[in-house]
Amino acid sequence: MNDITQGLAEAARLVVTRDPDLVNISLLSLRVTLTALVIASAIAIPLGTMLAIQRFRFRRTVIAVLNALMGLPPVVVGLVVYVMLSRAGPLGVLGLLFTPAAMIIAQVIIITPLIASVTHQAMRDLWAEYHDLLISMNTTKAQRIATLMWDGRRTLLTATLAGFGRAIGEVGAIMIVGGNIDNATRVLTTAIALETGKGNFALALGLGFVLIGLAIVVNLAIHALSRTEREGRW
Amino acid sequence: MTRLLPLHLSGATVRRRGKRLLGPVDLTLDAGRLTVLLGPNGSGKTTLLRVMHGVERLSEGRITWSGPDDIVERDQAFVFQTPIMLRRSVLANLAYPLKLAGVGRATRNALARDWAQRIGLGDALDTPAPRLSGGERQKLALARALIRKPQVLFLDEPCASLDGAAMRDIEDLLRQASSDGITILMATHDMGQARRLADDVIFMVSGAVHERGNAQTTLATPETKALRAFLNGDILP
Ligand SMILES: Nc1ncnc2c1ncn2[C@@H]1O[C@H](COP(=O)(O)OP(=O)(O)O)[C@@H](O)[C@H]1O
Ligand SMILES: [Mg+2]
Repeated sequence: MNDITQGLAEAARLVVTRDPDLVNISLLSLRVTLTALVIASAIAIPLGTMLAIQRFRFRRTVIAVLNALMGLPPVVVGLVVYVMLSRAGPLGVLGLLFTPAAMIIAQVIIITPLIASVTHQAMRDLWAEYHDLLISMNTTKAQRIATLMWDGRRTLLTATLAGFGRAIGEVGAIMIVGGNIDNATRVLTTAIALETGKGNFALALGLGFVLIGLAIVVNLAIHALSRTEREGRW
Repeated sequence: MTRLLPLHLSGATVRRRGKRLLGPVDLTLDAGRLTVLLGPNGSGKTTLLRVMHGVERLSEGRITWSGPDDIVERDQAFVFQTPIMLRRSVLANLAYPLKLAGVGRATRNALARDWAQRIGLGDALDTPAPRLSGGERQKLALARALIRKPQVLFLDEPCASLDGAAMRDIEDLLRQASSDGITILMATHDMGQARRLADDVIFMVSGAVHERGNAQTTLATPETKALRAFLNGDILP
């Protein structure tokens, strides 16, 4: 209990004094996660939508693979990315290991299946509802996809928020491929792991509360943005 | 205007999982008539409508429109038994077919507003369509089907679960559409509605056309025993 109150106090102190380390770490967390989120969404949303409305060979296989990937332990993803990016690995020449880019790659791999899978389910339900109408109106494939994505945008937003939550709270893969290097690849989660290991529970908890606060603020901000359209709930 | 009709069906048959749902049906649909499809539940009315509209594939037989394919696809509309509402406003639902056709925003919204007025939803333009009552939804679906002035309109029991007022509104819209020259084929199980609206009737039993003809004579003096029984309200074997 004492640790928790101390953690809260520490969190308050870090925020109020705008501790430069905290600011840097938080900004890097946000930068890495939001970049990964944009890339993952750009892949996952069209993929999930296509899986919902398009019949093609290996469609079921792709869905099964996606679902399996969703359950991948992030540590394993981190390990694989590490091996790929290490100097001796196939992508070693890029020199990306222990950079934010490596962390972004790992996060994209972790959250793309999640976003694609939620998108697929939502778009499949909406497609079932709209199918006859859109066929009857003789829509082109592009028109169908645009209609489904537009009318399902709330669910898509939820999918991306789930991806954000997973990515910003991720520690295992990030630690392996980023290396938790001070002022370079240290983010909130890896800093928390580090401080906990050193026995600085108050600081670790303080960072933890900042992390939670950040996640809540981003969620609220995105929801507020989506509501500015002044449309009621369906 | 390139005419779509007459429409010919020859030997039109639909099988699903080894079961015959429809046919073989031989039928010609002429321009300018309001035809009512009658028949007990499961007699194939929905399947026939969907086949003609092209949302259901034929297993055997042919369906031949008189116009070229692009016009055939563009100039017909379908109102489903359970109206499908896009998760958008009333205005956006009405404007949707125009948007698909590339009509500019100002024009399509103006037209959509006119239609909303005609169906009594002029004050509900911004209401999400899924929130409308059953009658309002069906009127919206009908207006959305008519907004691009189709040559042919198919309706599948559009008044199946509506109250009297909504039914009257829909029948008025259908009469207007018919007198505007739109060819209408509508399934219904409401005999009153058939008598009020139909120029022609088609009576179906177990997937086949059992009797057809001019509405007045056919409904007054049915030739087949099955139609006589159906009009009597008897349970068909
Ligand atoms: N997708 C389907 N698969 C199998 N059977 C179907 C399907 N749709 C309809 N049927 C069957 O086809 C027959 C005709 O149905 P339908 O055209 O809906 O008749 P109606 O509209 O006159 O009630 C019925 O026996 C019905 O049970
Ligand atoms: Mg039916």
